[in-house]
Amino acid sequence: MTTHNDCVVLVESVSHALGAEKIIKGAGINCKLIHVPRHLSSDCGICLRFRADDRERVEALLQGKLHFFDIKLL
Amino acid sequence: MEILYLDNAATSFPKPDTVMAAMIAYQQNIGANPGRSGHGRSVEAGRIVFETREALARLFHIEDPLRIALTKNATESLNIVLQGGLKPGDSVITSGMEHNSVMRPLRFLEGRGVELSVVPCSPRGELEPDDVRKALRKNTRMVVLTHASNVTGTILPVEAVGALLRDRPEVLFCVDAAQTAGALPIDVEKMRIDLLAFTGHKSLFGPQGTGGLYIREGLENKISPLMMGGTGSRSEFEQQPVFMPDRYESGTPNTIGIAGLGAGVSFVLEQTVGTVRDQEERLISRFLSGLRDLRDDVIVYGPQDASRQTAVVSFNIRDVSASDAASYFEDNRGILCRPGLHCAPSAHRTIGTFPRGTIRFSFGFFNTQRDVDDACAALRELVKRKGNHRS
Repeated sequence: MTTHNDCVVLVESVSHALGAEKIIKGAGINCKLIHVPRHLSSDCGICLRFRADDRERVEALLQGKLHFFDIKLL
Repeated sequence: MEILYLDNAATSFPKPDTVMAAMIAYQQNIGANPGRSGHGRSVEAGRIVFETREALARLFHIEDPLRIALTKNATESLNIVLQGGLKPGDSVITSGMEHNSVMRPLRFLEGRGVELSVVPCSPRGELEPDDVRKALRKNTRMVVLTHASNVTGTILPVEAVGALLRDRPEVLFCVDAAQTAGALPIDVEKMRIDLLAFTGHKSLFGPQGTGGLYIREGLENKISPLMMGGTGSRSEFEQQPVFMPDRYESGTPNTIGIAGLGAGVSFVLEQTVGTVRDQEERLISRFLSGLRDLRDDVIVYGPQDASRQTAVVSFNIRDVSASDAASYFEDNRGILCRPGLHCAPSAHRTIGTFPRGTIRFSFGFFNTQRDVDDACAALRELVKRKGNHRS
C-alpha cells in the first residue's frame, strides 16, 4: 500500500481533512482520505494521500486557506 | 377538522420532503460516527456534517465553514458564548426584548459579578441603536442582541448596532438569530457579527436538536467550551482541542439531525432568503389588515408593519384570556398557536403584557393566503361570540 511516490497531508480533524480534500480535488488533483499511518502519528483520525509529484501544488493550494500540520512522504 | 399550524416561531412545520429523505438516507445507508475513524462510512458521515457546515456558511456569508460549531439549538450556542466568554468584572449590554435563552444565563452571570445593562425598547419592541452606544462602558465586553423578537416579530437594528461597534473592536457582538436564520438576510461581515447563535428547527427547516454557533477567527481562544470530551481528533491528548469546530463539539454529534439540517438549509438556499422573506411578508401583511377590521376588540402588539417584523403577530382579545382564546382556536378551528409569555418575560414587560401574556400566531413559508384568511375568520368568530355572550 505505501509507496515513496505518495505524500500525506496531516490535519487537525476529519472536518479539516474533508475541507482539504475539497480544495485539492477542486484543483483537479487526485487524492484519497486514508487512516493516519501509525508511524506518522498516534492520532485516530484520517489524512489525505496524494502523489508526491503534486506536493508543491498541494502545499500552495492549502497555504492560508486551511490549517494543516505537515506534509510527509509516505 | 383540518389542522392549521400557526406556531412556526416555536418550530417550523411542515418541513421540506428532502429533509426527511436526507435523514432516512443517512440512517439507512451510512449510520456511522463522523470523525471517529477513517473507514468509508465514517468519512461519508463526516462529509454530511461538513456539507451542512458549508451550506450554513454560504447562507450567513461566512468564509470558512469550520468557523461554525454545530450545537443542539440556539440556547446551547448562547450559553457557550455567555457562560464561556464573560467573567466577573466584565460588562454586558442587551436589549429589553430578549428571550430567556439570553436573559437567564445573563441573570445567572450577574449574580457572579458580571455587570448587566438592559437597554429599554419602545412598547412596540423597537430598539434605538444610539441607546446601545450610550450604554457602552470602558469594561463593556459584549453586546448581545436578538435579531427579531419571538413575541412581537419586531426586527432589531442589528446592522446599525454592528456599525456603531466598529469603533470598539474589543467589544464582542453576539446576535441571537433563532427567529431569523433563513427568514431574513444575515451577513456576518456586513453586520459586524462576531458570534452568531442560530437554531436549525425554525426557518432553516431542520429537525429539532440542531443548531449552531459562528465564532469569528481568534475568539475560540477567549471563549471556553461548556462541555469537553471526545472529539475524534488529537486523541493522544487529555486536554480539549483549542481549534474550531472541535473545541465546542464534544461527544458523538446528532448526525441524523445534521443531515436533515443540511437538506433544510439547501432548501432555503435554493428558494433564496429573499423569496422566503417576500412570501412571509405577504402573509403577515394580509393578516395585519385582517386584524385592523377588528381593532375595537383586538389589541395588536409590535410594529404592525410587515416590513419591520417577521411572520409573527402577538395580540389580545378584550375580555378573553390568551389561554382561553388559544383553546377556542384549537377546539373550534383546528388552529395551533401559542398563548402566554413565550419564554420572554422581559419582552412582555416591554410591550406591557406581563404577566397576562398574549396570543401569538406565527406563520411560515408553507402557509398560504387562505390560511391567513382562515385565521382572520376564526378571530372574527371568537370576537362575535364574545359579543353575544356579553349581551
